[in-house]
Amino acid sequence: MSSVAIPQNPVEPFLRSERMPHIWCPGCGIGTTVNCFTRALLDSKADLTKLAIVSGIGCTGRVAGYTNLDSFHTTHGRAIPFATGLKLANPELNVVVYSGDGDLFAIGGNHLIHAARRNVNLKVICVNNLIYAMTGGQTAPTTPGDVITSTAPYGTYDPAFNLPYLVEAAGAVYVARWTTFHVRQLAKSMAEMFQKKGFGFIEVLSPCPTLYQRRNKMGDGLDAMKFYKQVSKIKHGAPTSEVALSKSGEIVVGKFVDRERPEYIGTMNTYLEQQLGERYVEPHTLSDDGGCSGGELEVISCNR
Amino acid sequence: MHADPQGVLTGAHFLDGDHAACEGAIAAGARFAAGYPITPSTEVVERFAMRAPTVGGTFIQMEDELAASITIQGAVWGGVKAFTVTSGPGFSLMMEHIGYAAMTETPCVFINVQRGGPSTGLPTLPAQADMMQVRWGSHGDYEIIALCPNSPQECFDLTIKAFNFSEQYRVPVFVMLDEVVGHMTEKVIIPPAEEIEIEPRHFTKKAPKDFRLYEPEANQVPDMVKAGDGYNIHVTGLTHDQRGYPDMTPPMQDVLVKRLQSKILDNADKICLFEKENVEGADVVVVSYGITSRVAQRAVDQAREKGVKVGKLRLITAWPFPERVISEIAPTIKGFVVPELNLGQMVREVERCAGGKTRTVRVSHAGGTVHNPESILNAILEVAR
Repeated sequence: MSSVAIPQNPVEPFLRSERMPHIWCPGCGIGTTVNCFTRALLDSKADLTKLAIVSGIGCTGRVAGYTNLDSFHTTHGRAIPFATGLKLANPELNVVVYSGDGDLFAIGGNHLIHAARRNVNLKVICVNNLIYAMTGGQTAPTTPGDVITSTAPYGTYDPAFNLPYLVEAAGAVYVARWTTFHVRQLAKSMAEMFQKKGFGFIEVLSPCPTLYQRRNKMGDGLDAMKFYKQVSKIKHGAPTSEVALSKSGEIVVGKFVDRERPEYIGTMNTYLEQQLGERYVEPHTLSDDGGCSGGELEVISCNR
Repeated sequence: MHADPQGVLTGAHFLDGDHAACEGAIAAGARFAAGYPITPSTEVVERFAMRAPTVGGTFIQMEDELAASITIQGAVWGGVKAFTVTSGPGFSLMMEHIGYAAMTETPCVFINVQRGGPSTGLPTLPAQADMMQVRWGSHGDYEIIALCPNSPQECFDLTIKAFNFSEQYRVPVFVMLDEVVGHMTEKVIIPPAEEIEIEPRHFTKKAPKDFRLYEPEANQVPDMVKAGDGYNIHVTGLTHDQRGYPDMTPPMQDVLVKRLQSKILDNADKICLFEKENVEGADVVVVSYGITSRVAQRAVDQAREKGVKVGKLRLITAWPFPERVISEIAPTIKGFVVPELNLGQMVREVERCAGGKTRTVRVSHAGGTVHNPESILNAILEVAR
């Protein structure tokens, strides 16, 4: 028998193939976003050794486990503070936070706004399926009104967050929204965000046919694509105050914010150096033998 | 390995326990701290915030203790030694990440300056009432190490020890001060750097293709790497195999969780530090730790003046609990007296390890101040009778 060379999928080196199949349901959009993510990495020719990915808990929280990068599956809502520590300790790392809407905006909401305020150089990809999917389809802070969930059997009446508006107000320098229908735009947007210094945020609307759509008689994954195609309007630069989502209304997508603000680590180093002069020692990681790299004897005294 | 001289303020100092603990952390090689202000622990990070930029360190004040306790773990995987500091209410918030550190075997140090609880309790006053929380506070089965200094000097010494243990066993290690030890000011001798023994981080020497993140080495502890070195590690709080990949099966749970336990318990004799005095031939042994050990000393001295054969056992390591020393002493005495600034926590361990071979008498105190030595003396006299 002659062997036939099977061409490798260009995204394969980015994935832990030995962990396939993944856990996501048929029609789920998370895998699509991961494909866009890997395309963005290919396009941006990123040094993958220096790229780390941090996830929280939930369906999207599993992304870290499938990417062949330094990857961290942390606790619920705490991907951002973990990523903050990782980035501060080792600034040469490019740190991507990849998590879901419930993880980032409910239990982790406080961390998200503070990281945006500080403008820590993190790239946040938020897959928004409008629901807590891993636990069976409960109401999330992103669930629009008049939607049936497992914890809102008569429909939702809690107002939902408008994520781009919130993140812009908190200080993000890059804010965009796409759906899993917009695969090319999403990949391009991710690549663009990776080039940006500071706290970047992309919301990706992604279908959950198993829970959100089924309970609301909204069809399957393909129907979600048709819906996204039909109701999405690309409006770059749209005021984020005007991009709130509803159950069946227009989905405004595009790049909403692209601005400059001083990034956290650079600001910290410059400021401290200015204040301390020669006494300032720039942070460094442990050396290969596991010790602190030696330095000059400390001359100042801190006696109280 | 010796301490990096850059972080060591060699000399005689007049420091409180909080400040001394900070100097211990820096001497141990800690170059990262994340914290959230809370009385009576804040002075530790206040000093670190001042010192860090002069020693190549970073301090970040986080939005809450949940954040602080996981930020340090991100920093550890980034390749530094890191710690956080808190007290009661903040410690309660950190429980989630104590479990994460235990499960992911992330070496890190928590300094808890204990105050009266429950809830907001007594923000400025002492207690020793987090002693069971530190052991059992996060869900699931796991082991930690907890040390109890009774002076500013020990705050310095034991914080170094805490970092060393954390690197050696890859566990979260706790320095359990109390408000009095944290705020009392005494002489603290900081030795020259070359006299301070530091446990380095055990980075693997293996190439990425041969390396498995959770393959146990000597002492049942796996070697570490840091992000960015080409190992493409996966770290998860889920039950995982040696590659670090989720494997949520009963057999894997059995292997992993039992190793998390045995890597500490099998080495308990090396981790359990204590001070024993006049225990041989004693009728009564007073078991104490932290600030209460200093009050108990007075009661022990008074009892000896009265001719009572009383010894003392000061626990320096609270967890793992020094079972062996208690069970060895138990059959030789009339009883243990256990004073502590809580309504009965470590005394239950003493009682358990005594195994019915002797009496165990508690001298409880709800906290807010230290014991009156007389209450301890009375218990000693009662047991000796």
